[in-house]
Amino acid sequence: MTTSEASPSGRWITAERARGAGARFVRRGGILIPFLTLFIYLSLVSDPFATKANLLQILDQQSATLIIAAAGTLVLVAGGIDLSVGAVYGFAAVTSAHFGLHHSAGLAIALGIGAGLAVGLVNGLVTTVLRINSLIATLAMSFIISGCSALITGGNLLVLFDKEAFGKLAQTEFLTVKTSIWVMLGAVLVIGLLLAMTTAGRYMYAAGGNAEAARLAGVRVDRIRILTFTISGAAAGLAGVIDTSNVLTAQAAPNQTLTFTVLAGIVVGGTSILGGEGAVWQTVVGVLFIALIGNGYLLLALDPLYEQITLGGLLLIAVALDALTRGLLRPGVAIRQFLRRTQRTSRSP
Amino acid sequence: MGVGEPEAPYLEVLDVAKHFGGVQALDAVSLGVRRASIHALVGENGAGKSTLGKIVAGALAPDTGEVLLAGKPVTFGSPREALEHGVAAIAQEPSIVPQLSVAENVLLGAEPVRGGLIRSRSLKRRFAELARSAGFDLRGDVAAASLGTAEQQKVEILRALSRDAQVIVMDEPTASLDARETTQLHEIVRDLASAGKTIILISHFLKQVLDLADMVTVLRDGRIVKTAPASSETEASLIEAMLGRPLTATFPPQVFPAEDARVVLSVRDLHGPGVEGASFELHVGEILGLAGLVGAGRTELARTIFGATPVHSGEALLATSSRLGRSPRRSLDAGVAMIPESRKDEGLIFGRSSTENSTLSTLATFSALGIVRRRGERKAARTVLERCGVRGASFRAPVDELSGGNQQKVLLARMLLCEPRVVIADEPTRGVDVGAKLAIYEFLVELASEGIGIVFISSEVEEIVGLAHRVLVMRRGRIVDELAGDSITENRILAAAFADQSSEAAAAA
Repeated sequence: MTTSEASPSGRWITAERARGAGARFVRRGGILIPFLTLFIYLSLVSDPFATKANLLQILDQQSATLIIAAAGTLVLVAGGIDLSVGAVYGFAAVTSAHFGLHHSAGLAIALGIGAGLAVGLVNGLVTTVLRINSLIATLAMSFIISGCSALITGGNLLVLFDKEAFGKLAQTEFLTVKTSIWVMLGAVLVIGLLLAMTTAGRYMYAAGGNAEAARLAGVRVDRIRILTFTISGAAAGLAGVIDTSNVLTAQAAPNQTLTFTVLAGIVVGGTSILGGEGAVWQTVVGVLFIALIGNGYLLLALDPLYEQITLGGLLLIAVALDALTRGLLRPGVAIRQFLRRTQRTSRSP
Repeated sequence: MGVGEPEAPYLEVLDVAKHFGGVQALDAVSLGVRRASIHALVGENGAGKSTLGKIVAGALAPDTGEVLLAGKPVTFGSPREALEHGVAAIAQEPSIVPQLSVAENVLLGAEPVRGGLIRSRSLKRRFAELARSAGFDLRGDVAAASLGTAEQQKVEILRALSRDAQVIVMDEPTASLDARETTQLHEIVRDLASAGKTIILISHFLKQVLDLADMVTVLRDGRIVKTAPASSETEASLIEAMLGRPLTATFPPQVFPAEDARVVLSVRDLHGPGVEGASFELHVGEILGLAGLVGAGRTELARTIFGATPVHSGEALLATSSRLGRSPRRSLDAGVAMIPESRKDEGLIFGRSSTENSTLSTLATFSALGIVRRRGERKAARTVLERCGVRGASFRAPVDELSGGNQQKVLLARMLLCEPRVVIADEPTRGVDVGAKLAIYEFLVELASEGIGIVFISSEVEEIVGLAHRVLVMRRGRIVDELAGDSITENRILAAAFADQSSEAAAAA
């Protein structure tokens, strides 16, 4: 190829730039379009959908998932993955219930969250200090923690129906909205701001984007990753405690579904499993999008068997879009750089 | 070899060109290699010798031009296709499967099979035949992982012979061998040639080349400077041919540090991965060039001082008596900044903006209570990015959108924000165009004139000569020569960098 053939017109570059911007939008905010479309569609076809009761119920049901997924976003952005959140959620639930039976609600709640935080810290240490891949480390941890939960309950259902104080955490009404939702909103907001506005958040993007470059630039990558796992553990703990407070029972049960719902929400929201990209608000929209699908199936009385198939398909589409937009972004940049270079060389022969 | 009349070349390269991005790696290269001869390719780093070797061996396709084998044009889509035509490549780092036995490695992909099962007895027999015909004393039943590098190279050679290779391309085969293994390999190469194989030998070690090769081709900047019988060449004549080019860039006037400039960094008997004991001092305002071949330990020394890799023994001390080599963060806090060798793998966070990339090392200074003050950050980033002359895209656009030179300037901006006392710049001009190179030179000279001590690593010898006040030459993890003043010449640097073990042994004797 000679320089003159490749010599570009201005329009070419503009089109290329537009495509790059389009790809970037699909990556950063693409989830908004299907979410709003589905939201509007459901409001039109189903009368009970757009009611305060229904929408609040969705939020209430999703509060655990939203809290865990918000924190999980940090883990993914920093280049890790946490598969133990389902187990930690259950562990925190039975821990708080166990102590709630005989101690004050405050202590039980604190111990439940603290248990989650401690497991998260161990996850972080194992993946950084021992350099074990986080996928494997947290998978192993989820088995260990599930076992611990069963040890605590001895296989029994822990019932706290008479502990009203414990129920207050989630069930109190404030401004006509349940405290479970308020707690969720607070947690998600704090986690979102942490990622978007703080130095720690910035370091998470750097650690996930290019760990070696971040380390050489003075970022303490290991500490940042430990922080994300600790937050993830604490969030799973908080979620477990809130749900226990909501239903006032707890038992040691495997919660793999929760782990995968959380991951699905994060990925559908557009956070890359490869690290370095993503945002908490995207995750929130992703989790709610999945929740709307479930709610839609319910309200429209569709066969719920198809719901899982839909979810699986959506997940594949989200990951494919991620790969595709990466592909679109990269050649876009490459082509532009190539054009710029040929312009330069044609000017100075 | 023919009696009297010139024999037609067995392997011919006709008018081959190859470029990578904007870099012309090979330009109008033509070459003829006689059957059963050893033909060496030499040149500086980046002269194009490995590229040429890869094209012959099918690992790269030429942009234009062709390769002829026994007079017939051939196009190899892959090394495998090349192998089917009898052309094999032996890489610097042997590619073996450590878990498999030596015999299995040799016949990997060409195992004798019946009904989908490997016939292990006939595999062993086949291996024994090959080893005997090559004259190798090599056991076939041990795990390949237990072999030393020289032995692993024998495995590769046998692999080539097992496919009946007629042409064998060897890229730096002795780079990771000790003296005894090197001698051993030389014997093998000679035997192969006398058995009718054609050898293309790519090497940095000029003495070895002169010992071994029948013909030598010198490459420079992607072009062939000359092809001549090895018997008519000397080390000096080869170095001259490799060098003799007009300067492709001019350098800003040197500003020498004061005679009595204080020492800002002292390194004492430092050992680390790839560093076998290095001692030197760096003065305020001094540009200290660190020269040597790729793999000589320059980058390793830089990383060990900076704390990116662990210090085994010895120490690196700043004038403020803070000890370096503990972690990048601590080095940065003590006032040492490093521009890493690869801006893509070790420097920039792709996908993030130029602003974020430039403030990454000093983000804490733009934050209060852990929250980034965006406006202050953007202002500081803009000032410093503009000072470094970053151009081409908005500072808020992903750094990916900048050209290589501008990306490098983003790293300069990051370093500048650290307000360092000492800067270690590892190949800061690699892969950038001439304009950006000049800007980077001027930038480094300016920093030095402000009193910053600079360790400047480059594989382009002319850069070292043009910029450095003093030069250390490294070889095999050690500082082997120190040059200052008028003795800083390309010849002296290259002679020290290329001197191989035989001459070292001679010097010691």
